[in-house]
Amino acid sequence: MPTATQSPTDLKSLARDMRVDIIRMIEAAGNGHPGGSLSIIDILTVLYWKFLKHDPKNPGWDDRDRFILSKGHACPALYAVMSKRGYFPHDELLTLRKLGSPLQGHPDRMRLPGIEFSTGSLGQGLSVAVGMAIAAKMDKKAWKTYVVLGDGEMQEGQNWEAFMSAPKWKLDNLVMILDHNNGQIDGPVDQVMDIEPLGDKLRAFNWNVQMVDGHDLAAVEKALANAQAANGKPHAIIAKTIKGKGVSFMENNIAWHGNAPKKEDADKAVKEILNG
Amino acid sequence: MAKATRESFGDAILALGETDKNLVVLDADLSKSTMTQPFMKKFPERHLEVGIAEQNMVGIAAGLALSGKTPVLTSFACFLIGRVETIRVSAAYNQTNMKLVGTHAGIGIGEDGTSQMGLEDVAAMRALPHMTVLQPADDTETKQAVAWMLQHKGPVYIRLTRQKMPDVHGPDYKWALNKIDVLWEPAKKPAKYQATIFASGGPVPHAIEAAKSLEAKGFFVRVANASTLAPFDGEAVARFGKDSQRFVTVEDHNVNGGLGSAVCEAAAERGLGVPTVRLGMHVFGESATPEQLYEKYGFTAPSIAEACLKNL
Repeated sequence: MPTATQSPTDLKSLARDMRVDIIRMIEAAGNGHPGGSLSIIDILTVLYWKFLKHDPKNPGWDDRDRFILSKGHACPALYAVMSKRGYFPHDELLTLRKLGSPLQGHPDRMRLPGIEFSTGSLGQGLSVAVGMAIAAKMDKKAWKTYVVLGDGEMQEGQNWEAFMSAPKWKLDNLVMILDHNNGQIDGPVDQVMDIEPLGDKLRAFNWNVQMVDGHDLAAVEKALANAQAANGKPHAIIAKTIKGKGVSFMENNIAWHGNAPKKEDADKAVKEILNG
Repeated sequence: MAKATRESFGDAILALGETDKNLVVLDADLSKSTMTQPFMKKFPERHLEVGIAEQNMVGIAAGLALSGKTPVLTSFACFLIGRVETIRVSAAYNQTNMKLVGTHAGIGIGEDGTSQMGLEDVAAMRALPHMTVLQPADDTETKQAVAWMLQHKGPVYIRLTRQKMPDVHGPDYKWALNKIDVLWEPAKKPAKYQATIFASGGPVPHAIEAAKSLEAKGFFVRVANASTLAPFDGEAVARFGKDSQRFVTVEDHNVNGGLGSAVCEAAAERGLGVPTVRLGMHVFGESATPEQLYEKYGFTAPSIAEACLKNL
């Protein structure tokens, strides 16, 4: 039975190791997005080790749960998770963004088995997740669809079309997790284009809404457990996160949105993560 | 019997929906116009009304396609290509098995005017890798193209007319992907044709009428029908280049990026050097009857005939 729900060692040390992977792969690539990768790694850790039914040896398994990283620029976090789960060897992380690598600058499903949908153009992942959840309902299948969105991405109109549409088909098999780190390229999200009050907005759109600290592994686990409820409404988890979480000089510093650390900074970051 | 190709499409999906249980149809509040209502009424469990939200429709279709369904999504051609970046990523780049149906092609829609006219859709869709672009000319061709499209794995864009189209093919016609067919040629074969007309979609019957009128005056002109616009049958262009003094292309679309461009590209790449007149839209459209607009913008037989003969 393919599954990934068996409990590994402890999630905290896994997340810590993968934070190191994120720093090292972006350092090796020479460019990439550390800030948003570090803000979602705890969420992905809980999802991929505690909830997602999948089989790294058989990525196309029909009954697998689906995961879409709509904020595709945070793919170093996803690649770290996929490598750790056995989709590809750990060494391959260092090929990120290099010619011929399956680890494209944004996830590419045609090049990397296990990627459900190629993202990078913000605003498209939730609609696709809605389509997947509808298909599961049509076929009376138990698999679920999970999607991680960025908060800056909430400014895309397509997301609101998708939020409007999911309750129409009673998609309680759909879980949207929002990485609410309040950082985007041009500044803080609440200054660039405020998306609040987000919880109220999504509740008004007929979603189940939970607010959670996105770096509290136990809290994220509890929220995801609540989101298994089959109550006829799609599930939103608004995860309050810190951009660059785990590396003090990157935290809440927009300079690290799309900037690769040079060796000196990377070493400093890794040391801090391992000591943290 | 004259029938709009959108009607032929509606008939085709209704029939194919019986056997193809993976077929799912999506609409964005235009099902009455795109002719999907019969399907919706017969297979309500496989019809999704998404409201006036085309980009969400494209995304939902991608999710359905990635889960084993064959989604067919319809809107006016202009509204679909309004979401071309969504189509670029969710359909073409992801190579999802969705079938985009753009109806109300070109100025042939008439009175509703420019904002409802799909005039740049072929250009946009031809530029997308993995996207097959089809434009059938009559009922027989549309039904076969739709059947092919549903069994083909990969994104397809099909462009359909609002206006009725007379039959230009016999009942035994066999449609094939990427094959430019000669629809009409003079009874007597000349050593050299004054022109070969490449037509697609709405203007096709007018091109035939033009060639016939020229035959009566002693000129030799053949009409070729291009129903696949991407990929493109450049070999047919090369073949016709050998015995044509000129090419005339005619399409209810902007002259840039559509059939006329495809013919010129194929000819230039093969070093043909055949002078080519491209008939199509150079400007936006306007409101009037379809017949008035076809006459004003040069898609009727007299204009096409003139393009075959006038000094270049």
